[in-house]
Amino acid sequence: MLNPEQIEAKLDRILLKVQKPGRYVGGELNSTLKDWDKAQTRVAFVFPDIYDIGISNVGLKILYDQINQRDDALAERAYAPWTDMEALMREHEIPLYTLESKHALACFDLIGFTLPYETLYTNALNILDLAGIPVRSADRDETHPIIIAGGHSATNPEPMHAFIDAFAIGEGEEVIHDIINTIQRVKGQKSKVDGDLRPSTFDRNDLLLALAQIPGVYVPKFYETTYLEDGTVAHTQPTTPEVPKVVNKRIVAKLLPPPLKFIVPNIEVVHNRVSVEIMRGCTRGCRFCQAGMITRPVRERAVQEVVDAADAAVRSTGFEELALMSLSSSDYTYVNELVDAISKRFEGRKLTVALPSLRIESVSIDLMDKLKQHRSGGFTLAPEAASERMRKIINKFIPDEDIINTTRDIYTRGWTTIKLYFMIGHPSETIEDVQAIVDLSKRVLAEGRKAAGWKVKLNVGVSTFVPKPQTPFQWVSCDTRENILEKQALLKRQLLKDKNIKLSWTKPEDTLLEAWLTRGDRRMAEVIYSAWKRGAKFDAWGDEIKVQTAWLPAFEEHGLDPAFYTHRQRRTDEVFPWEHITAAVRKNFLFQDFRQSLEGQIRMDCRLNCYACGILPTFASLRRENPGEGWKCPEVKSPAKVKSEKLAMVSEQLPVVGGDFCELNW
Amino acid sequence: MRARITFSKQGALRYTGHLDLHRLWERAMRRADLPLSYSLGFHPQPKISLAAALPLGFSSLGEVLDVRFNAEIPTEEIAARLKDSLPPDIKVTGVESVDEREPALQTQVLSATYDAHLTEPVDGADLMRRVEEMLMAENLPRERRNKSYDMRPLIEILNVITESDGEVWLQMKLAARDGATGRPEEVLDALGIEPEYTRVERTRLIFQR
Ligand code: SF4
Repeated sequence: MLNPEQIEAKLDRILLKVQKPGRYVGGELNSTLKDWDKAQTRVAFVFPDIYDIGISNVGLKILYDQINQRDDALAERAYAPWTDMEALMREHEIPLYTLESKHALACFDLIGFTLPYETLYTNALNILDLAGIPVRSADRDETHPIIIAGGHSATNPEPMHAFIDAFAIGEGEEVIHDIINTIQRVKGQKSKVDGDLRPSTFDRNDLLLALAQIPGVYVPKFYETTYLEDGTVAHTQPTTPEVPKVVNKRIVAKLLPPPLKFIVPNIEVVHNRVSVEIMRGCTRGCRFCQAGMITRPVRERAVQEVVDAADAAVRSTGFEELALMSLSSSDYTYVNELVDAISKRFEGRKLTVALPSLRIESVSIDLMDKLKQHRSGGFTLAPEAASERMRKIINKFIPDEDIINTTRDIYTRGWTTIKLYFMIGHPSETIEDVQAIVDLSKRVLAEGRKAAGWKVKLNVGVSTFVPKPQTPFQWVSCDTRENILEKQALLKRQLLKDKNIKLSWTKPEDTLLEAWLTRGDRRMAEVIYSAWKRGAKFDAWGDEIKVQTAWLPAFEEHGLDPAFYTHRQRRTDEVFPWEHITAAVRKNFLFQDFRQSLEGQIRMDCRLNCYACGILPTFASLRRENPGEGWKCPEVKSPAKVKSEKLAMVSEQLPVVGGDFCELNW
Repeated sequence: MRARITFSKQGALRYTGHLDLHRLWERAMRRADLPLSYSLGFHPQPKISLAAALPLGFSSLGEVLDVRFNAEIPTEEIAARLKDSLPPDIKVTGVESVDEREPALQTQVLSATYDAHLTEPVDGADLMRRVEEMLMAENLPRERRNKSYDMRPLIEILNVITESDGEVWLQMKLAARDGATGRPEEVLDALGIEPEYTRVERTRLIFQR
């Protein structure tokens, strides 16, 4: 294997031939280069997209800091090289390396992928291959690193089960330490037995089995899936008694202090900004939103902590933008106080503050006003659906009039551009619901013109809904390509006429690819492998041809029908491929919520009324140990009480399972 | 105040281009809490000017920039504050206070010196002969980006240096005036040396005095 000096020498020869060579050299302020020989465990974190995107990922930054704070471990980073660089690396036989020390990935003990979205899967395979590591877990031995992955797409890890040794389900801040400690323990034991102190001597199976016993860690090799005749899953069960039947996600009871020393790239990237997480989880319960379902419970950070962290991070990076991150800023209990404190602290400093995901109400305009943002940036709102009927179905209810009044107010108060985000393809959507997007958009613009004149503009973003695992819509069928095209044609025909409306949409191919993968089963792994072999990579970059030349032939090669994964309504009693993985929101709860959506019933914010979604029973002891305002779930008092409450909640919420779906009348 | 900062740019920073370097300095000044002056107008720009763009891939021992601050700050303090605010491959080697009325920094550059190390062994005698031929020529017509120009007057000094261990490298001083800039990679190319087998370092920028 090439050593770092050899890799660097080879790089010098090729870097001037690629676009943006600064992507491949590291050397950023606030990156950490530790003494290689002094670290007992070496971790490489990989974001499998290009540097320009991956560098801003906060999740990886948190894990990177966690490891580098340990005396006995180091963490470095790698990203997916763009195709020009990949071609040269393959030609010159340069293995994928980390930016800090330029060690080949294969020299590390542990490689941690973050997989926030499914369209990164083929890139992950490509990266393993570029690193000279066998792509399949089964082909790796003691000389290879352990490959782990986490991120939202691990909510259904099955499609990647053949390539990733272990998945971290849920939040990674604590479990990463458990994983490192376990690696050290197992590798240490073996050395003692053999009297050989080389840390690399260990039995891979022993180590994986030890990892599988860490709460929140899923090691696919110790589970087996059987299928029914119709191709759906019969069950997925452990093959050894040592591992849990169901892997429950991990959470941290209290958010760790936010990272302060963001890495400052030496070249321009997509987001040059400091991000401070103000709140994790969401209580709104929008039925299409996977993030909202799988990141519960809501935990908020104190205003003072946010402001101090933002200040320190802005000082340590010199970035000109600060993003206050959460799934729903308006729901942060002290959002007014936060905005006041931020504007006071940063007064007179050149800083753009982003407060995304605001509710459609005039209070949101006051918040943006206080942050003294450039009106030129546009004001973003996400009604997600344009008819009141549909907004009830997706549980993001808000009357049309509120949208009109709020947008009119925004224009009146000086913003010339509003961005409205919608989705097509929601369950039970008709062409009228799509027409409603047109009508609402036109009305918003017309009202804006009356109030603020002809200069007002509207950007309409319309993505396509993809049903996601562990959400109330996990049972529904995804819209077909034909339907999507027809709906998009309607939007284009009617909205593009007005030159003050800009319309953007998602290509149906991108939607379908995501839809195939997100609810895929273990058999999908072979499809991913074949698609990658046929040239699929950077699938998030919307290359329609790859769907035709790589993905569809891959399905065919393995005798699988893509429509089985996308355009099929799941039976009410169907066992999902991800049934043995849980984000702690119970299937019963999701199903009941799904039933309510069919009846057009909405559910209020669960801060106001706990619906016993499953979080509290699962994390009762964590909640008990962390009473008070930080969590937005009700407090748990004594262990005995929890038990009875839990029982009461469960019996009250039991859904009718086993009914026939077709009767539900879509 | 107007301050002149001399700095080295090495390692990973060789792959940071001119515009990105500008941005990097802006952020570094902000991290160092130095009171950067901005231009007026709708898109205020920090008043930082870099003396001469350094081609991507080259390292440098002596880059120079001028920056304007809203307050007077002792030059030692500027250096001290910048020390921890820069990425590891940029090091400040000098800070001086400059008369506000001096003409713009870019207009004062006359020439630049470079060391070009060769990463593949070459025949020293042969190289020497090619260099001599080049220097003897009255003109060296060349083409760059579809524009023809004469390279000869841009070469002020070109030396082949042979180390005691046999290593051969080139030292050059090229014009770096506005509209008359000699490029080391062009000189190397004219000598038949492929840029990918070289490692070029700018050693100094020479200014009008
Ligand atoms: S346990 Fe109750 S309050 Fe907590 S997230 Fe679930 S429904 Fe909401």
